[in-house]
Amino acid sequence: MNRFAELLDRLVLTPSRNGKLTLLVDYFRTVEDPDRGLALAAITGDLTIAAVKPAMLRMLVTERMDPVLFGYSYDYVGDLAETVSLVWPRTPGKIPNREPTLGKVVAKLQAASRSDGPKVLASLLDSAGISARFAIIKLVTGGLRIGVSARLAKQALADFGKVDVAEIEELWHGLSPPYTALFAWLEGKAEKPRNTAMALFRPVMLSNPVGDGDLEKLDPADYAAEWKWDGIRVQAVAEGGIRRLYSRTGDDVSGAFPDLADAMHFSATLDGELLVGDPREATGTFSDLQQRLNRKTVTPKMQQQYPAFMRCYDLLQLGDEDLRALPFRERRGRLETFVKTLDPGRFDLSPFVAFKDWQALENLRRAPPHPIIEGVMLKRWDSPYVAGRPKGPWFKWKRDPHTVDAVLMYAQRGHGKRSSFYSDYTFGVWSGAEGEEELVPVGKAYFGFTDEELKQIDKYVRDNTVERFGPVRSVRADRDNGLVLEVAFEGLNRSTRHKSGVAMRFPRISRLRWDKPANEADRIETLQALLDR
Amino acid sequence: MRASDLLHPRPEGLYCPPGDFFIDPVRPVDRALITHGHSDHARSGHRSVLATQQTLDIMALRYGEDFAGTTQAAPLGETIALNDVSVSFHPAGHVLGSAQISVEHQGTRIVASGDYKRQKDATCAPFEPIRCDVFITEATFGLPVFRHPPDTEEIARLLKSAAQFPERSHLVGAYALGKAQRVMRLLRDAGYDRPLYIHGALARLSEYYQSQGIDLGVLEPATVEGGKDDFAGAIVVGPPSAFADRWARRFPDPISCFASGWMRIRQRAKQGSVELPLIISDHADWDELTATIKETGAEEIWVTHGREEALVRWCELEGIAARPLHLVGYEDEGD
Repeated sequence: MNRFAELLDRLVLTPSRNGKLTLLVDYFRTVEDPDRGLALAAITGDLTIAAVKPAMLRMLVTERMDPVLFGYSYDYVGDLAETVSLVWPRTPGKIPNREPTLGKVVAKLQAASRSDGPKVLASLLDSAGISARFAIIKLVTGGLRIGVSARLAKQALADFGKVDVAEIEELWHGLSPPYTALFAWLEGKAEKPRNTAMALFRPVMLSNPVGDGDLEKLDPADYAAEWKWDGIRVQAVAEGGIRRLYSRTGDDVSGAFPDLADAMHFSATLDGELLVGDPREATGTFSDLQQRLNRKTVTPKMQQQYPAFMRCYDLLQLGDEDLRALPFRERRGRLETFVKTLDPGRFDLSPFVAFKDWQALENLRRAPPHPIIEGVMLKRWDSPYVAGRPKGPWFKWKRDPHTVDAVLMYAQRGHGKRSSFYSDYTFGVWSGAEGEEELVPVGKAYFGFTDEELKQIDKYVRDNTVERFGPVRSVRADRDNGLVLEVAFEGLNRSTRHKSGVAMRFPRISRLRWDKPANEADRIETLQALLDR
Repeated sequence: MRASDLLHPRPEGLYCPPGDFFIDPVRPVDRALITHGHSDHARSGHRSVLATQQTLDIMALRYGEDFAGTTQAAPLGETIALNDVSVSFHPAGHVLGSAQISVEHQGTRIVASGDYKRQKDATCAPFEPIRCDVFITEATFGLPVFRHPPDTEEIARLLKSAAQFPERSHLVGAYALGKAQRVMRLLRDAGYDRPLYIHGALARLSEYYQSQGIDLGVLEPATVEGGKDDFAGAIVVGPPSAFADRWARRFPDPISCFASGWMRIRQRAKQGSVELPLIISDHADWDELTATIKETGAEEIWVTHGREEALVRWCELEGIAARPLHLVGYEDEGD
């Protein structure tokens, strides 16, 4: 348990992706089965343990210590799981010689009934040290919140076994904790596990952005073009009565889209974009789509108001036949025939964009016919469907980003190589009536600038600090003083969490406008106009 | 006599009327008794100072030889008469030279702990509990959430991380007096024999520790000569403030570590962008505070700088009279 606890403690404070990977790989290397597999399941969210409510936790601890002292402690720490892990009294005589392993802890928690759950939890906490207690509480209260996605965990497995992450993704949904066969294979001690489960995820094919001069080398006749829809890339798999919708990283998202999953009366694997609306009438905007995202449950009303449908790009499997090795032209032909057999309210075909040369396509790209289109996709007619991001067969050619001139308001110190630099910037635009303008924050960005520019901004921040809050500095920003940043972004969402009412997608610093006076930065209305489009 | 007639707070610090002296005064006074060398307790400009020899040495290093009009060294355990008051110094286990001060007059004995800890520390003499009527305890970590783990475990985590990330340097933030030397000594005791790189602010104090027979091994200044690669895999020790500073840019992709009792609280580590918190404290944790209070046998406890209310509450539950003693001007430099 201690090694798992230590891993959690390290991961939560390690900002860099590579650092996290190193910690995970080392853990997989040094910890034995089944503990490492259970840790993996806890991280990927695949470990099922009956939950314990916070109120129960609080009751357990105040039965064991003075509630006033607990109150002081909780006020100070601010986090219930952490407070309980720290103040839990150690009863002399109950301290075991050895702390329980993660395997034992999970087994006990899984075997506990609803009624004796609290008792089992208390006895586990009695037997563990502080870090282990924190980890146990995190397991039973759900949600480790350590900044490690399932995708990153799979990448760590791939690094550990020196295999391609696509292999892990393809296997993943056929496996279950503690993944003993998977680890045996990754360590070279056994054959690759065979997939016998139904409706498995197939690693998706991704594209590369069109770079400068790329197109000149390519013949337009070799490529098909489609709109690039800004929904959610999904894979719909139905096989043997099992229906699953996967995200592009292989997470099962079927639960969030029951309306679409119900319409999957087929035996095939489709690649496409999840959007909302009715494809026969109108496609919803990204704001509409947002209504359906990140929800655990969806109400019937929500499903009716924002019905989900799939705009199909590709056909990977039909019945027993794996089509992935076929050229795109052929797969597309099969797809066109196949989509005709599906519910037209839930599935349609991603249309081709006809073009005769790159200039013609450039014009179309710049003026797409629908706000949820973010550019065009180019696919070689002869390309097989391969996992990952091969260079050459598929390109994405995005619409130019939006830009706004904003004023730097706060700067935060970075991490790792940037820990002595103020490198994360919150910026705002003007709002309010003339003469009473004030800045409202509209976003945060921490890349897009060169190392040299970073040094310049860092110096500016240090020279113009108004207030400091821990690692954050508030920077002088008013009508007469301030650094204007040109911020590029992909789109705007409505946001109730931000004072400005907008949230930027993928913001980055595109230029430093040392030349521009702060009072000439943009106003919030400029952004609001983008929202209403 | 009432205990509060023997010692009570004044704006300058804790004052003893019959002995006419202050303990750890925050403003210049005629006669000061100093528990230890941290700058919030040991200030310059007093007319006369009574402290352990090591504390006097440390004050001279920090403030210059003329930090006080006159000085007198107090040998540990020896009684010194100041007017009718008997004063004696006893080890506090906080940093090198640190002492508790026992003040006795007409049958009443008060012990002022200064800052103290009970964990073993190879860089200073261990705390000795002194029986007394009133014990004045610090309460920097006076909440049940503060439970310091063994320091050897913390150092083991640092060494493990150094092995896991050999291409990066580990910057250990540690206060210049006491903590820094303790961390270095712990590393040596754990078998780490490569040179340790130190920030300039640590040099003179570390040298002093070495002169007092505390072996810290080879210390080298953390200055740039051959570029960033010099420090790949290195452990660098410096005051915490230096790591947020431009000074830290000379190190390759550093992992910031902070050796402090505050690192027990995750949010503290997050706020400070600390990647590897090391819970190493020179102050007593909750269990040490409560155990020490019982050991002194004191009938009354005065609680000072820190989280007084929780410790006072604990004393109430234990049937020990307790009250907060409001002294101004102390920070937690020592941790």
